[in-house]
Amino acid sequence: MMQWETVIGLEVHVQLATKSKIFSGASTAFGAEPNSQACAVDLGLPGVLPVLNEAAVAMAVKFGLGINAEIPEVSVFDRKNYFYPDLPKGYQTSQMYHPIVGAGEVEISLEDGATKRIRVHHAHLEEDAGKSLHEDFHGMTGIDLNRAGTPLLEIVSEPDMRNAKEAAAYLKAIHAIVTYLGISDGNMAEGSMRCDVNVSVRPKGQDTLGTRAEVKNVNSFRFVERAIAFEVERQIELIEDGGTVVQETRLYDPEADETRSMRTKEEANDYRYFPCPDLLPVVLDRAYVDHLRSTLPELPAEKRARFEGELGLSPYDANVLASSRAMAEYFEAVKDACGDAKQAANWVQGELSGALNRENLGIEQSPVSAAQLGELVARVLDDTINGKAAKQVFQALWNGEGESADAVIEARGLKQVTDSGAIEAMIDQVISDSPVQVAQYRDAEPDKRGKMIGYFVGQVMKASRGTANPQQVNALLKEKLDQA
Amino acid sequence: MALEPSDVQRAAHLARLAMNDADAAGYVDDLGRILAMVDQLQEVDTDGVAPLAHPLDTTQRLRADEVTEGDQRDHFQRVAPAVEDGLYLVPRVVE
Amino acid sequence: MHDMTLTQLAQALADGDISSRELTETLLGRIDRLDGRLNSFITVTHEQALAAADAADALRAKGGAGPLTGLPLALKDIYCTNGVKTSCGSKMLDNFIAPYDASVVEKLKAAGTLSLGKTNMDEFAMGSSNENSYYGPVKNPWDLNAVPGGSSGGSAAAVAAGLVPAAMGTDTGGSIRQPAAFCGITGLKPTYGRVSRYGIIAYASSLDQAGPMARTAEDCALLLGAIAGHDLRDSTSVARGVPDYMAELGESLSGLKIGLPKEYFGDGLTPEVEQAVREAIRVYESLGASVHEVSLPHTHYAIPAYYVIAPAEASSNLSRYDGVRFGHRCDAPSDLIDLYKRSRDEGFGEEVKRRILIGTHTLSEGFFDAYYTKAQQVRRLIRQDFLDAFEEVDVLMGPASPTPAFDLGANKDPVSMYLQDIYTIAINLAGIPGISIPAGFAGQRPIGLQILGPHFAESQLLNVAHQFQQATDWHQRRPALAEESA
Repeated sequence: MMQWETVIGLEVHVQLATKSKIFSGASTAFGAEPNSQACAVDLGLPGVLPVLNEAAVAMAVKFGLGINAEIPEVSVFDRKNYFYPDLPKGYQTSQMYHPIVGAGEVEISLEDGATKRIRVHHAHLEEDAGKSLHEDFHGMTGIDLNRAGTPLLEIVSEPDMRNAKEAAAYLKAIHAIVTYLGISDGNMAEGSMRCDVNVSVRPKGQDTLGTRAEVKNVNSFRFVERAIAFEVERQIELIEDGGTVVQETRLYDPEADETRSMRTKEEANDYRYFPCPDLLPVVLDRAYVDHLRSTLPELPAEKRARFEGELGLSPYDANVLASSRAMAEYFEAVKDACGDAKQAANWVQGELSGALNRENLGIEQSPVSAAQLGELVARVLDDTINGKAAKQVFQALWNGEGESADAVIEARGLKQVTDSGAIEAMIDQVISDSPVQVAQYRDAEPDKRGKMIGYFVGQVMKASRGTANPQQVNALLKEKLDQA
Repeated sequence: MALEPSDVQRAAHLARLAMNDADAAGYVDDLGRILAMVDQLQEVDTDGVAPLAHPLDTTQRLRADEVTEGDQRDHFQRVAPAVEDGLYLVPRVVE
Repeated sequence: MHDMTLTQLAQALADGDISSRELTETLLGRIDRLDGRLNSFITVTHEQALAAADAADALRAKGGAGPLTGLPLALKDIYCTNGVKTSCGSKMLDNFIAPYDASVVEKLKAAGTLSLGKTNMDEFAMGSSNENSYYGPVKNPWDLNAVPGGSSGGSAAAVAAGLVPAAMGTDTGGSIRQPAAFCGITGLKPTYGRVSRYGIIAYASSLDQAGPMARTAEDCALLLGAIAGHDLRDSTSVARGVPDYMAELGESLSGLKIGLPKEYFGDGLTPEVEQAVREAIRVYESLGASVHEVSLPHTHYAIPAYYVIAPAEASSNLSRYDGVRFGHRCDAPSDLIDLYKRSRDEGFGEEVKRRILIGTHTLSEGFFDAYYTKAQQVRRLIRQDFLDAFEEVDVLMGPASPTPAFDLGANKDPVSMYLQDIYTIAINLAGIPGISIPAGFAGQRPIGLQILGPHFAESQLLNVAHQFQQATDWHQRRPALAEESA
């Protein structure tokens, strides 16, 4: 059997979170009435001209800085010429020869905790197209140009990925970077992030690349893995059956879970790129780039390293907690409030993530705020409550049944009982109520007694409604039962 | 660079201009002579000369990110040949 | 009234000698009476013009008038005008009522001027004779058998015939200066970027520039002051102060260094034109200027470079005419490709299609470097020729066109038509300003002197042109048609 190696490169289109479009003052808000956000410039009316949005430039540069890319001093917009109804001017304004972001790299982390660097060839600015709506308008297609002119950053990777998991990890890493930077909402369901995947296979050990297929519009992390899996299998089968892979564009169909050739009668395109005469070269001076650099937040890779190194978290925890800016911010707020990174990590990863997953919520939608959770963890750490009570407090906060951990503890009397007099009284009561168990205990060999004490602990905890300090209960019980 | 009828047909298709063979033959002559005139450029020594895309050496000015355009759909669609429910209509696009 | 300059009319309005209403009615009457023979207008906006005239008179009565208030103009039909058909001389836009005003139109309105209508032009500004209009050719008022030049032929003919005191044109390769020369008027192409292109239907974006066409340099100065300046909607408009062009019209020409590019006096130049130009140069000498021969060695390559760059840009600029959002749409398209191909085939005229095909071909794979990149390199050399010349002299002078206006239908061959623009086209490639002023006649047909200056030297150009017009009366000559009584 021939051993095959998969080679994958990704082109990720990220809609930038500007208020207005890349070349016009129309709104980029999602979900408006058709064509209500397509202004004269977006419609390509005769005579209109583009003017470049500063925020789109700043966001692209921030991304470049975030992946340690070169930021060339000069970038140039070109026209990519082709006819399509969702492309009003008959050309897309893009950057073919002098992109705004040069070569950089992205660190991805794999499930086994290992990391790998994926090189980014370049990233360029361009305008998004409109949408074709294929519902039946008497056999016609309807065109909505609201999306036309939304700024896109197209991030082109080198073919550095070797399997579907790496591709998905890369896409997640890009997602984390753009959301950390606040340059995109990263909402894949609304198309804020879209992905084209280039896949080829070659016999293991071969240097030259195999012929690739470009799979278009693979728009979720899961679909990336599925589309690659299908495509790899298809290509290997094809070659092993004596066929050859054709360089072509394919479309992933999530329903059928397969890729399909998009080839039509249309021959190969010739986009006739040339510099857009309506836009001048964009020149970024050093001071501007340095200013943007000074505004960069700590990015996922740095954060992950700090969580591991400084905070002593496991690689797994560090990776999960750094995976999104919202998650990291939440965790750090809990950590700051309780003063213990490991406990904070345990609670965020354990109780909180469990509850969020059960209800399919993102961290941004958590009913328990980081301040509330931090206070709760602090109360565990300072022995105000025990672990059992802590779960009750968490549930109450989750259900909105209290303003803060302290308020819930107070209202429900969950404060740990540490008064040894009170605990002794409860123990005496339990001992006198359980003569049979006491006798069994005292008859048992000392090495069996450890297990049997559990019954008495349970009874005392029950009597205290869970508030007695379990360590204290244990110690006192032992003392009293072993006395006789 | 001699111009072939297939070059004209190819350009016509890229430019989405209807063109039958008779039209193409006519254009081969006109366009061929224009390109022959243009070919004089090859006489000029341009080694080391940077292309000039704009007559002035100015750079792109950037616009503040503000929404300045409101909804003018009805106004703009008054000049549209076919619209329905606010959408521009075209013959069915097959993906 | 119809033979007064814009400046004189402004004075008459200010003095209360005439009202804007009277002036507007008079000119509309002349258009109705004479334009059937000229075909210089595509659309005449009688009602809007009269309403604007009344508003201007009312404003003046309240003491709110500015220097241009109430002056009637005409606009080449390439300027988008809100609510008014803007055809660009094409069947493609025969049904296009522009939904917004071009920046120049906004500025002219804000200055108080009013528009009598939209003037005829070569389709999408592609042409040198105005024979490429969907609305038929324009006739030269000096000789109805002659072309008025192009592409701003309607504006030139309307001004020459006294239908309007001034009109706006655009110039991509000579489209203001050559028709100005053919019709015996003054036409200024400003520096690229001096006037906003927003709302002017694009032909070749890196070459197009708007400018005034009028009877005198003084009138052009008046209008340029109103339309020049930075526009936030045009990235290529230049952020640079606008001087008071009228204030600089009194400068003496003593010590002015005039360069005569030897390449502008070579083969193909008609003797009458050369003679008139040389006579004009002698006038300048008499005004204190000195004359120097200079060389623009790449002149010969300007037309080849232009016919790569302009069609390339045009092929892309005209892709938006696809029958979807505006403009001509073919009947009952069978599918998307049919919609595109038939709408565009039916909507565009021959010359436009020719240039789209040239541009598409030269940009396509395998040809791009040999044509487009090469042409842009040559473009730099052409600009450098001018920059070098302006190290030596203040202005350059020569003919605006190698011939006077030619006969309608005389230039059937596209290449020979293109060669007509030999003296104007390099100026657009270099982005420098140029003006054409009346400097004599060949028989009945006017001859234009072209004056060129460095980037942003409009003040100087206008003054140099103005001083000539103080010393000569070519600009005061009127065609017989203009003087016909009702």
